[in-house]
Amino acid sequence: MTIQEIQEEIVDEFSMFDDWMQRYEYMIELGKSLPLIEEKYKTDDNIIKGCQSKVWVHAEMKNDKVEFTADSDAIITKGIIAILIRVFSGQHPSAIIEADTDFIDEIGLKEHLSPTRANGLVSMIKQLKMYAIAYQTQLN
Amino acid sequence: MLDVQKIRDDFPILTREVNGKPLVYFDNAATSQTPQVVIDAIVDYYSSYNANIHRGVHTLSQEATDAYEIARKKIQEHFGAKYAHEIILTSGTTHSINIIATGFTSLLSKGDEIIVSALEHHSNIVPWQMLCERTGAILKVIPMNEDGELVMNVYDQLLSNSTKLVFTNHISNALGTINPIEEIIEKAHRVGAAVLIDGAQACPHVKPDVKALDVDFYVASAHKLCGPTGVGMLYGKEDWLNKLPPYQGGGEMIEQVTFEKTTYAGLPHKFEAGTPNICGGIAFGVALDYMNSIGFDNIAAYENELLEYGTQKLLEIEGLKIYGTSKNKTSVISFNLDNIHPYDVGTIVDKLGIAVRTGHHCAQPIMDFYKIPGTVRASFSFYNTKEEIDALVEAVKKAKMMLS
Repeated sequence: MTIQEIQEEIVDEFSMFDDWMQRYEYMIELGKSLPLIEEKYKTDDNIIKGCQSKVWVHAEMKNDKVEFTADSDAIITKGIIAILIRVFSGQHPSAIIEADTDFIDEIGLKEHLSPTRANGLVSMIKQLKMYAIAYQTQLN
Repeated sequence: MLDVQKIRDDFPILTREVNGKPLVYFDNAATSQTPQVVIDAIVDYYSSYNANIHRGVHTLSQEATDAYEIARKKIQEHFGAKYAHEIILTSGTTHSINIIATGFTSLLSKGDEIIVSALEHHSNIVPWQMLCERTGAILKVIPMNEDGELVMNVYDQLLSNSTKLVFTNHISNALGTINPIEEIIEKAHRVGAAVLIDGAQACPHVKPDVKALDVDFYVASAHKLCGPTGVGMLYGKEDWLNKLPPYQGGGEMIEQVTFEKTTYAGLPHKFEAGTPNICGGIAFGVALDYMNSIGFDNIAAYENELLEYGTQKLLEIEGLKIYGTSKNKTSVISFNLDNIHPYDVGTIVDKLGIAVRTGHHCAQPIMDFYKIPGTVRASFSFYNTKEEIDALVEAVKKAKMMLS
Protein backbone atom coordinates (compact mmCIF):
# COMPACT_ATOMS: atom_id res chain seq x y z
CA MET A 1 0.00 0.00 0.00
CA THR A 2 1.12 3.54 -0.59
CA ILE A 3 1.44 6.05 2.22
CA GLN A 4 -1.70 7.74 0.95
CA GLU A 5 -3.66 4.49 1.06
CA ILE A 6 -2.52 3.62 4.55
CA GLN A 7 -3.49 7.08 5.75
CA GLU A 8 -6.95 6.70 4.22
CA GLU A 9 -7.30 3.33 5.91
CA ILE A 10 -6.43 4.85 9.30
CA VAL A 11 -8.84 7.74 8.76
CA ASP A 12 -11.54 5.18 7.96
CA GLU A 13 -10.84 3.21 11.12
CA PHE A 14 -10.99 6.32 13.29
CA SER A 15 -14.20 7.54 11.65
CA MET A 16 -16.06 4.69 13.40
CA PHE A 17 -15.71 6.44 16.75
CA ASP A 18 -17.91 9.31 17.83
CA ASP A 19 -16.04 10.54 20.84
CA TRP A 20 -12.51 11.29 21.90
CA MET A 21 -12.44 8.54 24.51
CA GLN A 22 -12.98 5.81 21.96
CA ARG A 23 -10.40 7.40 19.67
CA TYR A 24 -7.84 7.48 22.45
CA GLU A 25 -8.65 3.92 23.47
CA TYR A 26 -8.12 2.81 19.89
CA MET A 27 -4.87 4.72 19.70
CA ILE A 28 -3.71 2.99 22.88
CA GLU A 29 -4.67 -0.35 21.25
CA LEU A 30 -2.60 0.52 18.18
CA GLY A 31 0.32 1.25 20.47
CA LYS A 32 0.31 -2.39 21.48
CA SER A 33 1.02 -3.47 17.89
CA LEU A 34 3.98 -1.13 17.53
CA PRO A 35 7.04 -2.89 16.08
CA LEU A 36 9.24 -2.63 19.15
CA ILE A 37 12.75 -1.28 19.00
CA GLU A 38 15.45 -3.73 20.09
CA GLU A 39 16.72 -3.02 23.60
CA LYS A 40 20.25 -2.35 22.33
CA TYR A 41 18.94 0.59 20.30
CA LYS A 42 17.21 2.19 23.27
CA THR A 43 20.06 4.64 23.72
CA ASP A 44 20.04 8.33 24.50
CA ASP A 45 21.10 9.01 20.91
CA ASN A 46 17.87 7.47 19.67
CA ILE A 47 15.59 9.49 21.92
CA ILE A 48 13.48 12.06 20.14
CA LYS A 49 13.92 15.46 21.72
CA GLY A 50 10.90 17.57 22.51
CA CYS A 51 8.73 14.92 24.10
CA GLN A 52 7.69 14.93 27.75
CA SER A 53 7.77 11.16 27.61
CA LYS A 54 10.64 9.19 26.17
CA VAL A 55 10.39 8.05 22.56
CA TRP A 56 13.10 5.92 20.97
CA VAL A 57 13.19 5.33 17.23
CA HIS A 58 15.46 3.15 15.16
CA ALA A 59 15.55 2.90 11.37
CA GLU A 60 17.03 0.36 8.98
CA MET A 61 17.06 0.17 5.21
CA LYS A 62 15.95 -3.14 3.66
CA ASN A 63 15.57 -3.49 -0.11
CA ASP A 64 15.39 0.26 -0.57
CA LYS A 65 12.59 0.53 2.01
CA VAL A 66 12.96 2.13 5.41
CA GLU A 67 11.83 0.01 8.34
CA PHE A 68 11.17 1.73 11.63
CA THR A 69 10.95 0.34 15.13
CA ALA A 70 10.20 2.40 18.24
CA ASP A 71 9.04 2.46 21.82
CA SER A 72 7.85 4.96 24.41
CA ASP A 73 7.42 4.96 28.17
CA ALA A 74 3.99 6.63 27.83
CA ILE A 75 1.23 4.66 26.20
CA ILE A 76 -0.57 7.51 24.44
CA THR A 77 2.72 8.54 22.91
CA LYS A 78 3.31 4.91 21.98
CA GLY A 79 -0.01 4.95 20.14
CA ILE A 80 0.95 8.10 18.26
CA ILE A 81 4.33 6.77 17.17
CA ALA A 82 2.68 3.45 16.23
CA ILE A 83 0.34 5.29 13.86
CA LEU A 84 3.23 7.17 12.28
CA ILE A 85 5.27 4.01 11.85
CA ARG A 86 2.34 2.18 10.32
CA VAL A 87 2.21 4.96 7.73
CA PHE A 88 5.92 5.31 7.04
CA SER A 89 7.51 1.93 7.67
CA GLY A 90 8.25 -0.20 4.60
CA GLN A 91 8.17 2.80 2.25
CA HIS A 92 10.76 4.15 -0.11
CA PRO A 93 12.70 7.08 1.41
CA SER A 94 11.52 9.51 -1.27
CA ALA A 95 7.87 8.66 -0.52
CA ILE A 96 8.45 9.31 3.18
CA ILE A 97 10.13 12.62 2.48
CA GLU A 98 7.28 13.80 0.27
CA ALA A 99 4.40 12.53 2.41
CA ASP A 100 2.13 15.04 4.07
CA THR A 101 0.60 14.25 7.44
CA ASP A 102 -2.73 16.06 7.28
CA PHE A 103 -4.50 12.80 8.16
CA ILE A 104 -3.60 13.41 11.81
CA ASP A 105 -6.02 16.30 11.82
CA GLU A 106 -8.69 14.07 10.26
CA ILE A 107 -8.41 11.38 12.91
CA GLY A 108 -9.11 13.91 15.61
CA LEU A 109 -5.62 14.32 16.98
CA LYS A 110 -5.22 17.85 15.73
CA GLU A 111 -4.35 19.17 19.17
CA HIS A 112 -1.22 17.04 19.11
CA LEU A 113 -0.01 18.81 15.99
CA SER A 114 0.81 22.02 17.79
CA PRO A 115 4.58 22.39 17.70
CA THR A 116 4.58 23.38 21.34
CA ARG A 117 2.64 20.34 22.49
CA ALA A 118 4.70 18.39 24.98
CA ASN A 119 4.30 15.05 23.20
CA GLY A 120 6.43 16.20 20.33
CA LEU A 121 4.39 14.65 17.51
CA VAL A 122 5.94 17.23 15.22
CA SER A 123 9.42 16.20 16.40
CA MET A 124 8.55 12.56 15.75
CA ILE A 125 7.49 13.28 12.17
CA LYS A 126 10.59 15.34 11.65
CA GLN A 127 12.83 12.59 13.00
CA LEU A 128 11.26 9.90 10.79
CA LYS A 129 11.71 12.13 7.76
CA MET A 130 15.32 12.85 8.74
CA TYR A 131 16.04 9.11 8.61
CA ALA A 132 14.40 8.96 5.18
CA ILE A 133 16.52 11.89 3.97
CA ALA A 134 19.67 10.16 5.23
CA TYR A 135 18.82 6.94 3.41
CA GLN A 136 17.81 8.82 0.28
CA THR A 137 21.26 10.37 0.22
CA GLN A 138 22.79 6.88 0.32
CA LEU A 139 20.69 5.84 -2.66
CA ASN A 140 21.69 8.81 -4.79
CA MET B 1 -14.75 31.80 56.19
CA LEU B 2 -14.42 32.44 52.49
CA ASP B 3 -17.41 32.94 50.26
CA VAL B 4 -15.88 30.91 47.45
CA GLN B 5 -18.77 31.36 45.05
CA LYS B 6 -18.46 35.12 45.39
CA ILE B 7 -14.70 34.92 44.92
CA ARG B 8 -15.13 32.83 41.78
CA ASP B 9 -17.24 35.59 40.28
CA ASP B 10 -14.16 37.81 40.46
CA PHE B 11 -12.36 35.57 37.94
CA PRO B 12 -13.87 35.73 34.45
CA ILE B 13 -11.76 32.82 33.16
CA LEU B 14 -13.37 30.38 35.60
CA THR B 15 -16.61 30.42 33.61
CA ARG B 16 -15.04 29.12 30.41
CA GLU B 17 -15.20 25.62 29.05
CA VAL B 18 -12.34 23.39 27.92
CA ASN B 19 -13.03 20.47 25.58
CA GLY B 20 -16.73 20.98 26.22
CA LYS B 21 -16.39 20.71 30.02
CA PRO B 22 -16.30 23.44 32.65
CA LEU B 23 -12.70 24.43 33.25
CA VAL B 24 -11.17 23.06 36.44
CA TYR B 25 -7.97 24.99 36.92
CA PHE B 26 -5.49 23.11 39.09
CA ASP B 27 -2.26 24.50 37.71
CA ASN B 28 -2.05 27.35 40.18
CA ALA B 29 1.52 26.57 41.14
CA ALA B 30 2.51 27.39 37.56
CA THR B 31 0.47 30.57 37.39
CA SER B 32 -2.58 31.91 39.16
CA GLN B 33 -5.66 33.27 37.43
CA THR B 34 -6.40 36.97 37.22
CA PRO B 35 -9.31 38.70 38.98
CA GLN B 36 -11.34 41.39 37.22
CA VAL B 37 -9.87 44.19 39.38
CA VAL B 38 -6.40 43.38 38.07
CA ILE B 39 -7.62 43.14 34.48
CA ASP B 40 -9.37 46.51 34.98
CA ALA B 41 -6.15 48.06 36.30
CA ILE B 42 -4.31 46.93 33.18
CA VAL B 43 -7.03 48.28 30.87
CA ASP B 44 -7.22 51.50 32.87
CA TYR B 45 -3.49 52.08 32.61
CA TYR B 46 -3.44 51.73 28.83
CA SER B 47 -6.73 53.63 28.42
CA SER B 48 -6.00 56.57 30.70
CA TYR B 49 -2.39 57.23 31.63
CA ASN B 50 0.06 55.17 29.62
CA ALA B 51 3.37 57.07 29.70
CA ASN B 52 7.02 56.53 30.47
CA ILE B 53 7.94 57.11 34.08
CA HIS B 54 10.56 58.91 36.17
CA ARG B 55 11.46 61.31 33.38
CA GLY B 56 8.61 63.34 31.93
CA VAL B 57 7.25 66.52 33.45
CA HIS B 58 3.93 66.10 31.69
CA THR B 59 0.84 65.04 33.56
CA LEU B 60 0.53 61.51 32.17
CA SER B 61 4.12 60.71 33.03
CA GLN B 62 3.59 62.03 36.53
CA GLU B 63 0.42 60.00 36.99
CA ALA B 64 2.11 56.84 35.75
CA THR B 65 5.16 57.47 37.95
CA ASP B 66 2.96 58.01 40.99
CA ALA B 67 0.98 54.83 40.32
CA TYR B 68 4.18 52.83 39.83
CA GLU B 69 5.74 54.15 43.03
CA ILE B 70 2.52 53.54 44.95
CA ALA B 71 2.74 49.93 43.76
CA ARG B 72 6.30 49.70 45.08
CA LYS B 73 5.07 51.03 48.40
CA LYS B 74 2.31 48.40 48.49
CA ILE B 75 4.86 45.67 47.80
CA GLN B 76 7.08 47.07 50.55
CA GLU B 77 4.21 47.02 53.03
CA HIS B 78 3.06 43.59 51.97
CA PHE B 79 6.47 42.02 52.45
CA GLY B 80 7.28 44.03 55.54
CA ALA B 81 10.41 45.71 54.15
CA LYS B 82 11.86 48.65 56.05
CA TYR B 83 12.21 50.93 53.01
CA ALA B 84 10.45 51.16 49.64
CA HIS B 85 13.84 51.42 47.93
CA GLU B 86 14.68 47.94 49.16
CA ILE B 87 12.07 46.67 46.68
CA ILE B 88 13.44 46.25 43.16
CA LEU B 89 10.84 45.63 40.50
CA THR B 90 12.02 42.94 38.10
CA SER B 91 10.59 40.81 35.32
CA GLY B 92 10.04 37.97 37.76
CA THR B 93 11.70 35.58 40.18
CA THR B 94 14.25 34.31 37.68
CA HIS B 95 15.36 37.84 36.88
CA SER B 96 15.57 38.64 40.59
CA ILE B 97 17.73 35.59 41.28
CA ASN B 98 20.04 36.45 38.41
CA ILE B 99 20.60 39.95 39.78
CA ILE B 100 21.93 38.40 42.97
CA ALA B 101 23.86 35.57 41.31
CA THR B 102 25.56 38.00 38.93
CA GLY B 103 26.15 40.55 41.65
CA PHE B 104 27.93 38.03 43.84
CA THR B 105 30.52 37.41 41.13
CA SER B 106 32.63 40.24 42.47
CA LEU B 107 32.09 39.20 46.09
CA LEU B 108 33.20 35.57 45.88
CA SER B 109 36.59 34.02 45.48
CA LYS B 110 37.89 30.54 44.78
CA GLY B 111 37.00 28.07 47.50
CA ASP B 112 34.03 30.04 48.82
CA GLU B 113 30.90 27.96 49.19
CA ILE B 114 27.29 28.38 48.17
CA ILE B 115 24.66 26.11 49.66
CA VAL B 116 21.45 25.34 47.79
CA SER B 117 18.65 22.94 48.62
CA ALA B 118 17.83 19.72 46.78
CA LEU B 119 14.27 20.95 46.35
CA GLU B 120 15.13 23.61 43.82
CA HIS B 121 13.59 24.57 40.54
CA HIS B 122 16.03 24.62 37.60
CA SER B 123 15.96 28.40 37.56
CA ASN B 124 17.41 28.19 41.07
CA ILE B 125 20.20 25.80 40.25
CA VAL B 126 21.61 27.06 36.97
CA PRO B 127 22.46 30.66 38.00
CA TRP B 128 24.49 29.31 40.95
CA GLN B 129 26.31 26.80 38.79
CA MET B 130 27.18 29.65 36.46
CA LEU B 131 28.30 31.77 39.41
CA CYS B 132 30.54 28.93 40.60
CA GLU B 133 32.05 28.59 37.14
CA ARG B 134 32.84 32.30 37.09
CA THR B 135 34.32 32.50 40.55
CA GLY B 136 35.66 29.06 41.44
CA ALA B 137 33.21 28.85 44.31
CA ILE B 138 31.82 25.45 45.27
CA LEU B 139 28.16 24.47 45.21
CA LYS B 140 26.90 22.31 48.09
CA VAL B 141 23.47 20.76 48.31
CA ILE B 142 21.20 20.19 51.31
CA PRO B 143 19.69 16.76 50.56
CA MET B 144 16.05 15.80 50.87
CA ASN B 145 14.38 12.80 52.50
CA GLU B 146 11.65 10.49 51.25
CA ASP B 147 8.91 12.85 52.51
CA GLY B 148 10.35 15.66 50.42
CA GLU B 149 11.83 17.55 53.38
CA LEU B 150 15.29 19.02 53.71
CA VAL B 151 17.67 17.04 55.90
CA MET B 152 18.58 19.76 58.35
CA ASN B 153 21.39 18.02 60.21
CA VAL B 154 23.30 17.76 56.95
CA TYR B 155 22.73 21.48 56.49
CA ASP B 156 24.40 22.05 59.85
CA GLN B 157 27.41 20.08 58.66
CA LEU B 158 27.63 21.93 55.35
CA LEU B 159 27.77 25.34 57.01
CA SER B 160 31.23 26.71 57.67
CA ASN B 161 33.21 29.92 57.54
CA SER B 162 33.60 29.32 53.82
CA THR B 163 29.84 29.55 53.30
CA LYS B 164 29.07 32.89 51.70
CA LEU B 165 25.56 32.40 50.42
CA VAL B 166 22.66 30.08 51.19
CA PHE B 167 19.82 29.73 48.80
CA THR B 168 16.56 27.82 49.07
CA ASN B 169 12.97 28.16 48.11
CA HIS B 170 10.47 29.00 50.82
CA ILE B 171 8.10 26.36 49.44
CA SER B 172 8.97 23.67 46.89
CA ASN B 173 7.18 24.04 43.56
CA ALA B 174 7.23 20.35 42.75
CA LEU B 175 6.13 18.96 46.12
CA GLY B 176 4.68 21.84 48.12
CA THR B 177 7.00 21.31 51.11
CA ILE B 178 7.32 24.37 53.36
CA ASN B 179 10.99 24.69 54.22
CA PRO B 180 12.15 25.77 57.70
CA ILE B 181 13.54 29.06 56.43
CA GLU B 182 13.70 30.72 59.87
CA GLU B 183 16.17 28.08 60.98
CA ILE B 184 18.04 28.18 57.67
CA ILE B 185 18.46 31.96 57.87
CA GLU B 186 19.44 32.01 61.52
CA LYS B 187 22.10 29.34 61.13
CA ALA B 188 23.52 30.88 57.95
CA HIS B 189 23.89 34.22 59.69
CA ARG B 190 25.84 32.57 62.50
CA VAL B 191 28.62 31.78 60.01
CA GLY B 192 28.29 35.15 58.30
CA ALA B 193 26.59 33.91 55.11
CA ALA B 194 23.90 35.82 53.26
CA VAL B 195 20.56 34.12 52.56
CA LEU B 196 18.37 34.41 49.50
CA ILE B 197 14.90 32.91 49.71
CA ASP B 198 12.82 32.19 46.62
CA GLY B 199 9.25 32.97 47.60
CA ALA B 200 7.65 32.32 44.20
CA GLN B 201 5.64 29.35 45.46
CA ALA B 202 5.15 30.63 48.99
CA CYS B 203 3.66 34.04 48.28
CA PRO B 204 0.27 32.83 47.05
CA HIS B 205 -0.21 31.03 50.36
CA VAL B 206 1.59 32.99 53.06
CA LYS B 207 2.53 36.58 53.75
CA PRO B 208 6.23 36.64 54.51
CA ASP B 209 7.65 39.33 56.77
CA VAL B 210 11.18 39.94 55.54
CA LYS B 211 12.12 42.06 58.52
CA ALA B 212 11.00 39.49 61.06
CA LEU B 213 12.71 36.74 59.04
CA ASP B 214 15.85 38.87 58.94
CA VAL B 215 16.39 37.49 55.44
CA ASP B 216 18.95 39.22 53.22
CA PHE B 217 17.14 38.72 49.92
CA TYR B 218 13.64 37.54 49.10
CA VAL B 219 12.23 37.18 45.60
CA ALA B 220 8.77 36.58 44.11
CA SER B 221 6.69 36.83 40.93
CA ALA B 222 3.40 38.69 40.51
CA HIS B 223 1.81 36.08 38.29
CA LYS B 224 1.59 33.53 41.10
CA LEU B 225 -0.25 36.12 43.18
CA CYS B 226 -3.15 36.92 40.86
CA GLY B 227 -1.03 39.52 39.08
CA PRO B 228 0.21 39.63 35.48
CA THR B 229 3.20 37.75 34.05
CA GLY B 230 6.48 39.52 33.35
CA VAL B 231 6.79 41.33 36.66
CA GLY B 232 8.20 40.36 40.01
CA MET B 233 10.25 41.69 42.83
CA LEU B 234 13.55 41.46 44.59
CA TYR B 235 13.76 42.48 48.21
CA GLY B 236 17.25 43.12 49.49
CA LYS B 237 18.51 44.65 52.69
CA GLU B 238 19.68 48.17 51.94
CA ASP B 239 23.30 47.41 52.85
CA TRP B 240 23.41 44.41 50.58
CA LEU B 241 21.84 46.23 47.65
CA ASN B 242 24.34 49.04 48.04
CA LYS B 243 27.17 46.52 48.06
CA LEU B 244 26.10 44.69 44.90
CA PRO B 245 27.06 46.10 41.49
CA PRO B 246 24.33 46.97 38.98
CA TYR B 247 23.06 44.09 36.87
CA GLN B 248 22.35 45.80 33.57
CA GLY B 249 23.46 49.09 32.16
CA GLY B 250 20.95 51.43 30.59
CA GLY B 251 18.67 54.36 31.11
CA GLU B 252 17.16 55.06 34.51
CA MET B 253 19.98 53.35 36.44
CA ILE B 254 22.43 56.21 36.04
CA GLU B 255 23.01 59.45 37.85
CA GLN B 256 25.47 61.07 35.50
CA VAL B 257 27.00 59.86 32.27
CA THR B 258 30.06 61.13 30.47
CA PHE B 259 32.24 59.01 28.22
CA GLU B 260 34.88 59.02 30.92
CA LYS B 261 32.74 57.90 33.82
CA THR B 262 29.20 57.08 34.79
CA THR B 263 27.89 57.28 38.30
CA TYR B 264 25.01 55.06 39.21
CA ALA B 265 21.68 56.11 40.53
CA GLY B 266 20.72 55.22 44.06
CA LEU B 267 18.34 52.46 45.09
CA PRO B 268 16.09 51.15 43.70
CA HIS B 269 16.90 52.62 40.26
CA LYS B 270 20.43 51.21 40.19
CA PHE B 271 18.86 47.81 39.45
CA GLU B 272 16.07 49.04 37.19
CA ALA B 273 17.76 49.86 33.91
CA GLY B 274 15.50 50.74 30.99
CA THR B 275 11.79 51.30 30.83
CA PRO B 276 10.24 48.83 33.24
CA ASN B 277 7.00 46.88 32.98
CA ILE B 278 5.06 49.89 34.23
CA CYS B 279 1.59 48.49 33.75
CA GLY B 280 2.69 45.16 35.25
CA GLY B 281 4.11 46.86 38.32
CA ILE B 282 0.92 48.81 38.90
CA ALA B 283 -1.19 45.68 38.41
CA PHE B 284 1.10 43.79 40.85
CA GLY B 285 0.12 46.32 43.52
CA VAL B 286 -3.57 45.89 42.73
CA ALA B 287 -3.21 42.11 42.89
CA LEU B 288 -1.66 42.36 46.36
CA ASP B 289 -4.56 44.56 47.47
CA TYR B 290 -6.96 41.95 46.16
CA MET B 291 -5.22 39.07 47.96
CA ASN B 292 -5.03 41.07 51.17
CA SER B 293 -8.71 41.95 50.97
CA ILE B 294 -9.42 38.21 51.07
CA GLY B 295 -6.82 37.76 53.78
CA PHE B 296 -3.90 35.35 53.85
CA ASP B 297 -5.11 33.64 57.01
CA ASN B 298 -8.41 32.87 55.30
CA ILE B 299 -6.60 31.75 52.18
CA ALA B 300 -4.26 29.43 54.08
CA ALA B 301 -7.06 27.90 56.16
CA TYR B 302 -9.25 27.21 53.14
CA GLU B 303 -6.41 25.88 50.98
CA ASN B 304 -5.43 23.52 53.78
CA GLU B 305 -8.97 22.23 53.80
CA LEU B 306 -8.70 21.63 50.04
CA LEU B 307 -5.34 19.93 50.51
CA GLU B 308 -6.68 17.56 53.14
CA TYR B 309 -9.79 16.78 51.15
CA GLY B 310 -7.84 16.27 47.91
CA THR B 311 -5.21 14.10 49.58
CA GLN B 312 -7.81 11.88 51.16
CA LYS B 313 -9.91 11.53 47.99
CA LEU B 314 -6.97 10.88 45.69
CA LEU B 315 -5.49 8.28 48.03
CA GLU B 316 -8.74 6.33 47.78
CA ILE B 317 -7.70 5.51 44.20
CA GLU B 318 -5.83 2.23 44.25
CA GLY B 319 -2.26 2.44 43.06
CA LEU B 320 -2.01 6.21 43.47
CA LYS B 321 1.13 7.46 45.17
CA ILE B 322 1.66 11.00 46.42
CA TYR B 323 5.16 12.50 46.35
CA GLY B 324 5.88 15.11 48.98
CA THR B 325 4.28 13.97 52.20
CA SER B 326 5.66 16.47 54.66
CA LYS B 327 3.24 17.55 57.36
CA ASN B 328 4.35 21.06 56.50
CA LYS B 329 3.09 21.61 53.01
CA THR B 330 0.85 23.82 50.92
CA SER B 331 -1.97 22.87 48.61
CA VAL B 332 0.09 21.02 46.04
CA ILE B 333 -0.43 17.33 45.35
CA SER B 334 2.16 15.65 43.15
CA PHE B 335 1.20 12.10 42.29
CA ASN B 336 1.50 9.15 39.94
CA LEU B 337 -0.60 6.12 39.17
CA ASP B 338 1.14 2.76 39.37
CA ASN B 339 3.07 2.05 36.17
CA ILE B 340 1.33 4.83 34.25
CA HIS B 341 3.29 7.71 32.78
CA PRO B 342 2.22 11.12 34.16
CA TYR B 343 2.01 12.47 30.64
CA ASP B 344 -0.70 9.92 29.80
CA VAL B 345 -2.73 10.87 32.86
CA GLY B 346 -2.36 14.58 32.12
CA THR B 347 -3.53 14.10 28.55
CA ILE B 348 -6.70 12.29 29.59
CA VAL B 349 -7.64 14.66 32.41
CA ASP B 350 -7.09 17.63 30.08
CA LYS B 351 -9.64 16.07 27.75
CA LEU B 352 -12.02 16.24 30.69
CA GLY B 353 -11.47 19.96 31.13
CA ILE B 354 -9.00 19.73 34.01
CA ALA B 355 -5.73 21.65 33.91
CA VAL B 356 -2.93 19.95 35.82
CA ARG B 357 0.77 20.08 35.27
CA THR B 358 2.67 17.00 34.19
CA GLY B 359 6.38 16.43 33.84
CA HIS B 360 9.39 17.10 35.96
CA HIS B 361 8.21 20.60 37.01
CA CYS B 362 11.63 21.99 36.17
CA ALA B 363 12.92 20.09 39.17
CA GLN B 364 14.66 17.11 37.62
CA PRO B 365 16.89 16.39 40.64
CA ILE B 366 13.75 15.76 42.72
CA MET B 367 12.40 13.36 40.08
CA ASP B 368 15.78 11.60 39.98
CA PHE B 369 15.59 11.20 43.76
CA TYR B 370 12.27 9.36 43.46
CA LYS B 371 13.45 7.60 40.25
CA ILE B 372 10.40 8.71 38.29
CA PRO B 373 10.11 10.55 34.96
CA GLY B 374 7.80 13.14 36.48
CA THR B 375 4.50 13.50 38.28
CA VAL B 376 1.02 14.81 37.77
CA ARG B 377 0.71 17.92 39.90
CA ALA B 378 -2.58 19.39 41.02
CA SER B 379 -2.21 22.69 42.86
CA PHE B 380 -5.19 24.33 44.50
CA SER B 381 -5.96 27.97 45.02
CA PHE B 382 -8.52 29.78 47.17
CA TYR B 383 -10.94 29.99 44.21
CA ASN B 384 -11.04 26.21 43.77
CA THR B 385 -13.76 24.02 45.28
CA LYS B 386 -14.21 20.52 46.65
CA GLU B 387 -16.55 19.79 43.74
CA GLU B 388 -13.66 20.51 41.40
CA ILE B 389 -11.51 18.07 43.37
CA ASP B 390 -14.26 15.48 42.94
CA ALA B 391 -14.11 16.12 39.19
CA LEU B 392 -10.34 15.57 39.27
CA VAL B 393 -10.74 12.32 41.18
CA GLU B 394 -13.29 11.07 38.65
CA ALA B 395 -11.01 12.09 35.79
CA VAL B 396 -8.03 10.29 37.31
CA LYS B 397 -10.17 7.18 37.77
CA LYS B 398 -11.20 7.38 34.14
CA ALA B 399 -7.59 7.83 33.06
CA LYS B 400 -6.62 4.82 35.12
CA MET B 401 -9.33 2.74 33.52
CA MET B 402 -8.27 3.76 30.01
CA LEU B 403 -4.56 3.44 30.60
CA SER B 404 -4.21 0.26 32.66
